[in-house]
Amino acid sequence: MFDIVSFIPRAIAQSIPLLLGSTGEIITEKSGNLNLGTAGVMYVGGMCGVIGAFSYETSGKPMNGLLSVLIPVVCCLLGSLIMGLIYCFLTVTLRANQNVTGLALTTFGVGFGNFFGGSLIKLSGAEVPSIILTNTSNFFRTKLPFADSLGWFGQIFCSYSFLAYAAIIIAIIAGRTLRKTRVGLHLRAVGESPATADAAGINVIRYKYTATCLGSMIAGLGGLYYVMDYANGIWSNDAFGDRGWLAIALVIFTLWNPTTSIFASILFGGLYILYIFIPTGTNLANKELYKMIPYVVTIIVLIITSLRNKRENQPPEGLGLPYFREDR
Amino acid sequence: MEERTPALSMRNITKRFGSKVIANSDVSLDIYPGEILALLGENGSGKTTLMNILAGIYYPDEGEILIGGKPVTIASPKEAFNHGIGMIHQHFKLVDVLTANENIVLGMDKEGMLDLKTSAARIKKICDAYGFEVDPDEKIYDMSVSEKQTVEIVKVLYRGAEILILDEPTAVLTPQESDKLFAVLRNMRNDGKSIILITHKMNEVLSVSDRVAILRAGKYICDRVTSETNAQELTDLMVGHKVSLNIDRPEPVNSKERIRVKGLTVRNIDGVLKLNKVSFSAYSGEILGIAGIAGSGQKELLEGIAGLQPVEAGSITYVNDDGTTEDLIGKDPLEIAALGVSLSFVPEDRLGMGLVENMDLADNMMLRSYRVGKSVFTNRKDPENLAKQVIKELEVNTPGVHTMVRKLSGGNVQKVLVGREIASAPTVLLTAYAVRGLDINSSYTIYDLINQQKKRGVAVIYVGEDLDVLVELCDRILVLCDGHVSGILDGRTADKQTIGMMMTHIKEAADE
Amino acid sequence: MNKKTPLIHITKRTDIPVSRSILIRLAAVIIALLVCGLITTIVTGLNPLEVYASMIKGSFGTKRKVWTLLQNISMLLCIGLALVPAFRMRFWNLGGDGQALMGCLAASACMILLNGKVSNAALIAIESVAAIAAGAVWALIPALFKAKWNTNETLFTLMMNYVATQIVAYFIIVWESPKGSGSIGIINQRTEAGWFPAIGTNKYLLNILIVTALTLIIFVYMKYSKHGYEIAVVGESERTARYIGIKVEKVIIRTMILSGALCGLAGLLLCAGTNHTLTTTIVDGRGFTAVMVAWLAKFDPFVMIITSFLLVFLGRGANEIATSFSLNKAFGDILTGIILFFIIGCEFFINYKINFRKSEGKEAR
Repeated sequence: MFDIVSFIPRAIAQSIPLLLGSTGEIITEKSGNLNLGTAGVMYVGGMCGVIGAFSYETSGKPMNGLLSVLIPVVCCLLGSLIMGLIYCFLTVTLRANQNVTGLALTTFGVGFGNFFGGSLIKLSGAEVPSIILTNTSNFFRTKLPFADSLGWFGQIFCSYSFLAYAAIIIAIIAGRTLRKTRVGLHLRAVGESPATADAAGINVIRYKYTATCLGSMIAGLGGLYYVMDYANGIWSNDAFGDRGWLAIALVIFTLWNPTTSIFASILFGGLYILYIFIPTGTNLANKELYKMIPYVVTIIVLIITSLRNKRENQPPEGLGLPYFREDR
Repeated sequence: MEERTPALSMRNITKRFGSKVIANSDVSLDIYPGEILALLGENGSGKTTLMNILAGIYYPDEGEILIGGKPVTIASPKEAFNHGIGMIHQHFKLVDVLTANENIVLGMDKEGMLDLKTSAARIKKICDAYGFEVDPDEKIYDMSVSEKQTVEIVKVLYRGAEILILDEPTAVLTPQESDKLFAVLRNMRNDGKSIILITHKMNEVLSVSDRVAILRAGKYICDRVTSETNAQELTDLMVGHKVSLNIDRPEPVNSKERIRVKGLTVRNIDGVLKLNKVSFSAYSGEILGIAGIAGSGQKELLEGIAGLQPVEAGSITYVNDDGTTEDLIGKDPLEIAALGVSLSFVPEDRLGMGLVENMDLADNMMLRSYRVGKSVFTNRKDPENLAKQVIKELEVNTPGVHTMVRKLSGGNVQKVLVGREIASAPTVLLTAYAVRGLDINSSYTIYDLINQQKKRGVAVIYVGEDLDVLVELCDRILVLCDGHVSGILDGRTADKQTIGMMMTHIKEAADE
Repeated sequence: MNKKTPLIHITKRTDIPVSRSILIRLAAVIIALLVCGLITTIVTGLNPLEVYASMIKGSFGTKRKVWTLLQNISMLLCIGLALVPAFRMRFWNLGGDGQALMGCLAASACMILLNGKVSNAALIAIESVAAIAAGAVWALIPALFKAKWNTNETLFTLMMNYVATQIVAYFIIVWESPKGSGSIGIINQRTEAGWFPAIGTNKYLLNILIVTALTLIIFVYMKYSKHGYEIAVVGESERTARYIGIKVEKVIIRTMILSGALCGLAGLLLCAGTNHTLTTTIVDGRGFTAVMVAWLAKFDPFVMIITSFLLVFLGRGANEIATSFSLNKAFGDILTGIILFFIIGCEFFINYKINFRKSEGKEAR
């Protein structure tokens, strides 16, 4: 029997890293930067949060709820900010190829996450067998107090932690900012046609840096959410997997709209865990095939998107191209 | 003349690109309030670079800029705006997916929410003051070229520009649209604004400007009061030596029908009708000119004949010397060549279509010939020889056959392309905007080459934008208007005003 | 109002002597290695010289290590070479991993299912064809959609990697041996059926020779063949290609079949040549690293030998350090990332020139 009441909350929990990742990537791409390093950024974001939380938990002091949330969040934001800065410095200031820079960032970021995931204990000399940050995680997973009293309604709508609601709020704010404000208009212009934006007196480089770094920080939070909330504070190497890449694919699927991404992410979150809910009995092999579903759906989405060619549905025209004012 | 303070002065401006190219060398120039100054010079003379310095796009290596007598630094377009300088670029700086209104307010200082209502009201005020028509909510990609240009001008005025720079504004306009633009420019001059007009069209200089400044090879040559000079003097100053402004038009000999087009109808990818039942014939030994506003179907017509454009209806027939015919519809360039039809095509987009900019001359020559022979490997010898031959015969200025095409100047690029296309001894030669962006000398070389082909008995189809040239060069002129043929005129008797009218009015022709 | 003259002013270089550009790249690699050494020292507390010593030891320490180094280089190079035609065509094939993995799968399938049913020579022939075809098919799928509808190939090929991983995971469970172990183990360990023959006693040499030959072939193919010329034209400008009558769709499909087939070959060499097993991680992310190998070498097959050496050397060196300090192996990825940042960044100094404005002069008022 397909248990929809427990399926939906899990799908939504699964969707939050995707939502944060794709919102960050949309903001980044709107500035004309195609950051294929999002996967790496999310690893670094998650790992930095882990490092922060780990040092705080193992420091031996009594844990303060606010601090044990604040420290990982700040560490995560700092780590992903640095990743964004590396990307911007290479592609905007040094005008390097965006695809290659993104892939290098992925290599670095995934390596960073896995290395510290595997070596943090040894490096810090702490006497614990593995990285299990249950205490920190419990603070992250604090639910709305009345969630349990509302039955299935509470389970589906109110059973999430603050980062999940924050992700949805961030997506809504990002969507509104892009459409309704001057900053959003300027950012869209920078991504569509940097030369035009420049001629109109917009500081193209500042916009690209700001948008990309902000996007990285949002994406980094996705990594943090995954480890602190979804994975109960247990870091295991490579567990985050390919969510960074799915987030990039979601950007195309949502046609660069963060608000649409809320629903698209939930859909993909559902696909991601569908294999757990499909009864397979003892046939473990089939389960592996069901795990294919999100990727196959992504491919189908890519194909369908390429069939639509309305003007507004296209990627920002300047996406992937370096900008040099004096190009002639 | 009374002593006035110039609105803007440039003093000893020098700008280099790389170590070898000096775009501007020690240029000094003044512009006064309430004046239209024409900046005249050949392509590559540094007009656009000089103006881009004023607009904050480039930063000068040496020299000084004064506004109202005070030295200023213009390090970015924003600072240019702050000094009241606005430039309308040749390639419009507009974001296609945004509306006119959004484009106009783009980059304006205030942060926070967009207030498009207030800006729409201000736009309307500006439009009423000078006689523009702009729909603030229309998207740029839905606009015609002249509408886009209007948006550009309104955008600059919206920012309170006192000094307006227009880079070849009429290159894309019909004569009627140009006249309308000039009327607006005169209104603005009378309002006390300074206007700099970059152009190389002599008749415009004479009709609209108050004063002319001439640049040649990056250097400031002199200035003239417009009313005291004439076209010949200005041309000589611009080129640096005496030039003849006449274009040859030999009489066609032994003309025979070569290409017959009947009821040609073409839609683009979005389903928009680009050619509507176009019918005409092109004859050997003559030049058929095609006139029309940019985007009236010229591209689709040439690409249709060349086998690059899917056709919805109609026929294109090639007539051999012996009267037998070949049907060209639905065939790609290879299949057309396989029929024994030797068709050459000089496309509008030289570096994006005709040539590969990141390959050298020899490899570009190979584009047409690499398939020859059964070997799986390419033959590099013949293209290299052809490249050498083209360099010699057309006097291409290049370090050698292994120079990347992108490193050549516009005129040399075009010589390479035309040289390759006529090397295959075509019977039909299609050219699109063959002299766009070329200086006077290069343009005349191209006219000569086209005339040589005509004398060889080639049927030439020449798509042009400069009506002065079309009426001097072509034997017959076909006028396109929005995908319709609005008439075919005799080049020897046609006048520009009539062609201009036909470019914008289809009614009479379509109803016949 | 800001009246300051910009202090730094950047201009595009028109030309740079080859020696100078090589020097800049070399400098970037050296600085990157220094930074890597520094970071290693900070993390492990080792003396930097020891860091480099153990890196070199990791690659050249024993004869066996040298052979492993060469084997790793040739596998990385093989996938890199496979990507060259695609990248030249500006087709971002990020699916090298999946295409190679499908090659492995096809080869293993033949080895498992045909074991004992056909002669060893026939088995090797069949598994070779199957592996190459499987890689080609895996690349053909995104190519078809790219050619027909211009579907984004970057993400398409990437997703195909994950699909391939899941298919392999499925078959690993189907074929697992012994049951319940979750892995296949060494295939045909007793009969060695379908294994590529060792030359002398060296099981790596054949792979290395094949890849060496492939390097030459790709070089000639790209530079002198008509196909190579067509690929270059399509990559530079699709419109030009159509203008001269090249059927762009056909070139895209043909080139991707080639690219995928060569990835399949890499999978074959991994499976039948050296590892004789199938795991989901047998390709070990080489599909991505190969992108770097090809791009850093500007798609020149001979320069790619150097870039693949650099990346493999670094990875193995970092492994050595990680092992001796019982740190995680992913340390190599961090170092690789840093090296890549430097090499990617140094292109700027080849393409652009930085002019420092004199602080005094006539601009200063």
